[in-house]
Amino acid sequence: MSYEPVIGLEVHVQMSTDSKIFCTCSNKFGSEPNTNVCPVCLGMPGVLPVLNEKVVEYTVKAGLALNCQIRKKSVFARKNYFYPDLPKAYQISQYELPICEHGYIDIELEDGTQKRIGITRIHIEEDAGKLNHEAGCSLVDLNRTGTPLMEIVSEPDLRSAEEAKAYLMKLKTILEYIEVSDCNMEEGSMRCDANVSIRPDSNAPFGTRAEIKNVNSFRNVERAIKYEQKRQEKVLNEGGKIVQETRLFNADTGITASMRGKEDAHDYRYFPDPDLVPIVLEDKFIDDLKEWMPELPDAKRARFMSEYGLSGMDADFLVSAKAYGQYFEQAVKAHNNPKAVCNWIMGELMRRLNDKQCTIFEAGISPENLAEIVKLIDEGKISGNIAKQVFDETAETGKNPSEIVAEKGLVQNSNEDELEAIVKQVLDANPAETERFKGGEVKLQGFFMGQIMKASKGKANPAVVAPLLKKLTS
Amino acid sequence: MLGKTLKELSEALNKKEFSSAELTQFYLDRIRKYDDDICAFNYINENVINQAKAVDEKRAKGDTLPVYAGIPMALKDLIIQKDMPATCSSKILEGFVPPFQGTAAQLLEDAGFLCLGKLSMDEFAMGSSNETAYRKKTRNPWDTSRVPGGSSGGSAASVAAGLTTFALGSDTGGSIRQPASLCGITGLKPTYGRVSRFGLIAFASSLDQIGPMTSNISDNAAILSVIGKYDKKDSTSLNVAQEDYTKYLTGDVKGMKIGVPKEYFAEGIASDVRECVNNAIKAYEGMGCEIVEISMPHTEYAVATYYIIATAEASSNLGRYDGIRFGFRAEADNLKEMFYESRSQGFGDEVKRRIMLGTYVLSAGYYDAYYIKAQKVRTLIKQDFVNAFEKVDAIICPTSPTTAFKAGEKMSDPLQMYLSDINTISLNLYGGCGLSMPCGFGADGMPVGVQLLGKYFDEGRLYNLAYAFEQQAKLPVMPEKLK
Repeated sequence: MSYEPVIGLEVHVQMSTDSKIFCTCSNKFGSEPNTNVCPVCLGMPGVLPVLNEKVVEYTVKAGLALNCQIRKKSVFARKNYFYPDLPKAYQISQYELPICEHGYIDIELEDGTQKRIGITRIHIEEDAGKLNHEAGCSLVDLNRTGTPLMEIVSEPDLRSAEEAKAYLMKLKTILEYIEVSDCNMEEGSMRCDANVSIRPDSNAPFGTRAEIKNVNSFRNVERAIKYEQKRQEKVLNEGGKIVQETRLFNADTGITASMRGKEDAHDYRYFPDPDLVPIVLEDKFIDDLKEWMPELPDAKRARFMSEYGLSGMDADFLVSAKAYGQYFEQAVKAHNNPKAVCNWIMGELMRRLNDKQCTIFEAGISPENLAEIVKLIDEGKISGNIAKQVFDETAETGKNPSEIVAEKGLVQNSNEDELEAIVKQVLDANPAETERFKGGEVKLQGFFMGQIMKASKGKANPAVVAPLLKKLTS
Repeated sequence: MLGKTLKELSEALNKKEFSSAELTQFYLDRIRKYDDDICAFNYINENVINQAKAVDEKRAKGDTLPVYAGIPMALKDLIIQKDMPATCSSKILEGFVPPFQGTAAQLLEDAGFLCLGKLSMDEFAMGSSNETAYRKKTRNPWDTSRVPGGSSGGSAASVAAGLTTFALGSDTGGSIRQPASLCGITGLKPTYGRVSRFGLIAFASSLDQIGPMTSNISDNAAILSVIGKYDKKDSTSLNVAQEDYTKYLTGDVKGMKIGVPKEYFAEGIASDVRECVNNAIKAYEGMGCEIVEISMPHTEYAVATYYIIATAEASSNLGRYDGIRFGFRAEADNLKEMFYESRSQGFGDEVKRRIMLGTYVLSAGYYDAYYIKAQKVRTLIKQDFVNAFEKVDAIICPTSPTTAFKAGEKMSDPLQMYLSDINTISLNLYGGCGLSMPCGFGADGMPVGVQLLGKYFDEGRLYNLAYAFEQQAKLPVMPEKLK
């Protein structure tokens, strides 16, 4: 029997504020253990939390970008439990009155259609510390304690692992656009728990769900959900029952294992935190952030298609990271050939990014450089092959493309007399092939063009060479 | 040196009638002489004499000094003073020395005060007799077989015994006013939000407030003028202007309306206490005040409400004492055992009782019936005060139902102990200000306190009312034998 999966995601996003949520400690990742700490985030007796206003700003930005309603008054609550990485034995979070609710994002499905995924709520909370398990002991690092988090909870609207991945990627893109998080899953600045259940068909009521924890990459979200889906199907097909439980995904083995059942679920004893006053937002605060809001991926995609005549696929690529779109538009401003610029970004530039593991603006090719290269091609000054050479030279030396072309004499040769001599020379050097070509063996066209290019050191203009070749062999 | 107000001490130091070192040594000597019996000090700052000498040197050089430079004082052991132990009189905090400065201690330091040490209290401020303290169970200077009250029992006793010029205490449900009453001194619980809680080890965050405990009204007003300051480090601190409360002390109270709530004179109030308080009311009448009988109908629910809200908050606030980062840690084979054992061995019975109670009222299935219900009743109790203050300027009533009781008398009966605070608890639920001052002596010769309750940020008016009575009553503030 086949089943339909029903998936909801809880995504924890670390905000990229300078300081922590309730103290002035640095919010930097990767410092020596227990160096970004103070009496407040260490939970010493006698300290009090003071809310970092940036955290509210960032969360409201996210709420607006994710089409949420922003609550004018929201409240912090304490979530009580004991764990060595939680110094106060409670996490300051939001419970009954979260700051953002009732939002959505649209995701692209495989077949090109769009699907709307509901967002139940976004709430603010503080991160806990980290346990580093070593042989025979566990060490507590409290640098992360008090890192501001927003927890973004989706509706159970996702129906496949692929949809879940698409949702997560879209979420990451949007949050990057509004610059509230670097959303780096490897460094843990974006973490995901998945609620998965299955049901016989799309009209059946929801099945019992399992919460899958510790999913820390886009690939693993897909793997974990697919595994869990299969596991649940097997249980039901064998006549068993799904139990409500929390399961842990193991990225090494690719399986999920039970962590704790419903009966062991914590009673967190939430109650409003008496050390903090409610967050009360004024209309102007929200309006100013609406005003500030940059163009988001969906709007940018539509504009790139209408304004630059790009295909949906090209536009999707360019909006997948904010910097790509910026780079693209800067290049097109310098030389108006959007399609060619886009191709160069998707091709050569991405190849270089992968090789160098750098960002688009660190690749050594400025948008203006790239525009110049495309312009040189469009003006017939260099060939596509030469252009790749110029691209690499520019990236390595930092010189302007036209400078390189002039210095190295790479300008394309369109002189008919000179090229005719080269064509003749090539034909003379290959008498057998010449005879066969004249005899109608058309596929030798490529062979001759290649030889001519080689003889001209790649500088021959193919548009001029082709008719010459035809003339001299007919 | 004994019996001088802070203002007089400051003047005497400036006139070089005596040095700060002499004054400090005087108090250190008194602590050595009397504290074995009174048991008020958890910690004595031996370095204070050097700090006093340093002030004297500056004074000799003619440096500009803050107004109270070189005057020693002491702090309840849950108020953070950087680099001095802060134990809350609990085993679980033994060895904890805070590496940071609390706001109240900083403001006192800025005003020139020197810290003699830390004063005993009921463990984590939970108790009304100072008997839940892990080590020093403070006794009443008027009769050391009796308790000083609590939880700021060490603060009250040290002031009454002249072991310090004044002390800071904290009040969650009466912990400044009740011991002040039992020890015959003046204690003020400021309006919630008046004094920063940064550096106050929390019992119940929505109720706790630091306040001055002094041997006279003018000192009390002077200290609140120093520590009553908005603090960005406390989100519940209110951004109202700092005031000089001594300016209110005119003694002119003519025409003020004082409410007498019948619920605060209920059955449990001892007849000698009642008589003393009635005399105080008559005195106010004589000074031209209008005495108005009022009713605060929800008073009977205050103790129950308080013991739900305060314990709920405490159960969470005290979670951090887990043996991992500071204080006492029990040896154990694994993490869970270490948590259990550290807390089982580190906390005393009363603290455990309240943690359990608080955990219970916040638990799934009970939250609405207890915690939410208590919050609703809290609103009704607040409304009682709001209604009352539409009719009157202040409320007068007994602070404690009885004078100081014998040590051991109520330890086996927590409910009896909780009723010691029956007249003080409602004010914390409301959040206004309240003051207890001596108004006579009971049949047993022990001090009786009268309480004045005021609306939010109306400390100035309370001080003036108290000052008018103090000037007229002229009661002895210290046991004869300790002079």
